[in-house]
Amino acid sequence: MAPEVDSSHVPAPTHRSADLPGTDSAGGDLAGAVPGASEHASPGRAGQAAPGEAPAEPDDYPLPAPAAPGAPPAERTEAGTPTPPAGTKLCVACRSGHVAPDGYCENCGHAQPRERDHMEQELDTVAAVSDRGLRHHRNEDAFTISSTALPDGSPAVVAIVCDGVSSATRPDEASMAASRAADLALKDSLPRGTHPQQAMHEAIVAASEAVNALAEEPHGAREHQPHQNAPACTLVGAVVAGGLLVIGWVGDSRAYWVPADRTAPTVRLTEDDSWAAQMVAAGLMNEAEAYADERAHAITGWLGADAYELEPHTASFKPDRPGVVVVCTDGLWNYAEAAEEMARAVPADAALRPLHSARVLVGHALDGGGHDNVTVAVLPFPVAPRGAGSA
Amino acid sequence: MAIFSKSNVPQFTVDVYQNEYLPEGGREVNAIATVTSTGGGTVGSAVGAPHLYSAAQGPDAAVAIMVDCSGSMDYPPTKMRGARDATAAAVDAVRDGVHFAVIGGTHIAKEIYPGGGRLAVASPQTRAQAKEALRKLSAGGGTAIGTWLRLADRLLASADVAIRHGILLTDGRNEHESPEDLRASLDACAGRFTCDARGVGTDWEVKEVTGIASALLGSADIVADPAGLAADFTQMMEAAMGKEVADVSLRLWTPMGVEIMYVKQVAPTVEELTDRRTEAGPRAGDYPTGSWGDESRDYHVCVRVPGAELGQEMLAARVSLVVPAADGTVQTLSQGLVRAVWTDDMASSTCINPQVAHYTGQAELAQAIQQGLDARKSGDFDGATAKLGRAVQLASASGNEDTAKLLSKVVDVVDAATGTVRLKARVAEADEMTLETRSTKTVRVKK
Repeated sequence: MAPEVDSSHVPAPTHRSADLPGTDSAGGDLAGAVPGASEHASPGRAGQAAPGEAPAEPDDYPLPAPAAPGAPPAERTEAGTPTPPAGTKLCVACRSGHVAPDGYCENCGHAQPRERDHMEQELDTVAAVSDRGLRHHRNEDAFTISSTALPDGSPAVVAIVCDGVSSATRPDEASMAASRAADLALKDSLPRGTHPQQAMHEAIVAASEAVNALAEEPHGAREHQPHQNAPACTLVGAVVAGGLLVIGWVGDSRAYWVPADRTAPTVRLTEDDSWAAQMVAAGLMNEAEAYADERAHAITGWLGADAYELEPHTASFKPDRPGVVVVCTDGLWNYAEAAEEMARAVPADAALRPLHSARVLVGHALDGGGHDNVTVAVLPFPVAPRGAGSA
Repeated sequence: MAIFSKSNVPQFTVDVYQNEYLPEGGREVNAIATVTSTGGGTVGSAVGAPHLYSAAQGPDAAVAIMVDCSGSMDYPPTKMRGARDATAAAVDAVRDGVHFAVIGGTHIAKEIYPGGGRLAVASPQTRAQAKEALRKLSAGGGTAIGTWLRLADRLLASADVAIRHGILLTDGRNEHESPEDLRASLDACAGRFTCDARGVGTDWEVKEVTGIASALLGSADIVADPAGLAADFTQMMEAAMGKEVADVSLRLWTPMGVEIMYVKQVAPTVEELTDRRTEAGPRAGDYPTGSWGDESRDYHVCVRVPGAELGQEMLAARVSLVVPAADGTVQTLSQGLVRAVWTDDMASSTCINPQVAHYTGQAELAQAIQQGLDARKSGDFDGATAKLGRAVQLASASGNEDTAKLLSKVVDVVDAATGTVRLKARVAEADEMTLETRSTKTVRVKK
């Protein structure tokens, strides 16, 4: 998605948290902000909701990546094929060649799955999944999740999701750098007592600086792209701490509030920095017209050295009931754009099984066509007591 | 005096320029590999004396100069005189310690210096003796270039050196042996030494001279005026003295199912290499590139990969530079990757890499000139006008000013941008031969 330079004359919407459904940290009823948007989760999804099925392994590290889509690994046990020595990596595409140190098959030349092709991470209180999707050759999304504590010892949970801008160079590095920098900043500032909304603002600034710094590094010898735009990415982050839900973003990655009781409405918490959103916000087009335009998805805000002026958006909410925050890239929301569609896609037991829910949501995008990289983080609100998820 | 602590094998780098993105169903992958060698014997601040060797190592090269002494060299007499002066200049440029010999060529080959089936070792004394011996050079007899090359090969093989190089000068057609004999001699010498070839005057056959240079991985050129020979010979010998590593091959590894469409050198000249492959293990083949000094050359590799699904990535080829090692194995000097990535992003898959586009044009330019001149010789003036017009257009668009200048001596350019030209009614033979000989010279991408 190319940064749309020509739309710079459109005034960027100045964000006020009161513009969004929900309330700022002064309090108020979030659920009442968007009436009539409730939908029950489908029975099929609800059927998977047995609490006892929660994943038992609270692994803090990305799980090993499975095979690339379209090239499922198969056991090579047919007669006549010698069993390779232990530790030998066989190609996932032709299943007979060895994999060279540069990651390509010695036989058929196919690139092997990379660690980032599919990443999963789960903490006690939050989980995230990222996938290359079905049409892109690498995963340019990145996420971080972490858990820390406020000065009073109460837990603070952080999720950051970034989407590299493909038309810029090294988008994968941009998203990785941004998500890590934002995560580090929050883990530093929250325990020191910085207000979470202020902390989120500072984290986005730190992420922006990290991406800008990439532009100064010499690019890799392999990159000989005709367009040498500075690395760039979007960012959306969520902090659940002290009864607050804080959201921050730049670009078109989104956060949704999905209450556990689906009779209450699901709400989108972010306003895209995109051409379409700006046209609608400026009253120049209605939503249908704006999203029908081919420029609809051009983003008007991003992190990176080519960005005109960084405008981090932040908002605080005080939900009055339990639920989950779904933080995602457009690889997901393109298949669940409206809040009610997102509500349908999120499993009913999302708060109890965040990793499972994140996998289901990634699956939803892949089932829809997987045209883009997909990244989803699921944060239960309020922070689940330690161990509750796997009870 | 600079201190050379390093071996004289230069550092090679391979940079691959390509658009790796293919549309759904796309199968052809094009890449330009720029190979650059730097350093070698010159590492260590030898500014102004770029190719000095350490005393311990000594120069590791042998050169043979082959001078046409056929009867026609006396018409006009300035030609023989020019050849003698040029050979003397080349002898002066031979560095101390380099093995060398001078061969006089007619329908047979004669050792002019030092004789006795040996090579001399360059020193002030041997250079003076060699120049003295050049007085013996006289014109008389026919032309059988194959015999000159075979004698050069025997002499060069007598020295245990890394670099073996020949310089060949002719003024006439290879009339006293069959084309097959010359071909057989070239095949016998290929890979044993490299050779630059020069035609003096205008009575020689362009395709013979360029064929010799091409087979023996050297340069070809015309020296229409014998007075220009000395400078040209000095330059050729200096280039030969700058060579630091011989028998370098471009090795191409391709995965199963990948078909090699072509491999050619595209800078500094167009040189077709596709058919000169020798197998080098499973799915790998070597293409000869000769010897290298501090220089940079570009290669165009075109392969056809099997189809794959959107989102897939594969290696289409590994391009490496290899030299034979003492133990019979090869040493890989550098490597680059040619990739294929299938995408549904049309903006990515439809753009042509500028280097690939440029050299595709330069190769077409060389071909258009050759076809145009052939058509002109055979009386097909419409065909000649069309081809040379296209050549003018390509030379102009790519900034190949030298070739554009040579073309303008053969055609009147009406409009370079559209390639509109008229054949000149009268063309100096030297101009036509110069254009033909230099038609394969390319320029690099405008930065």
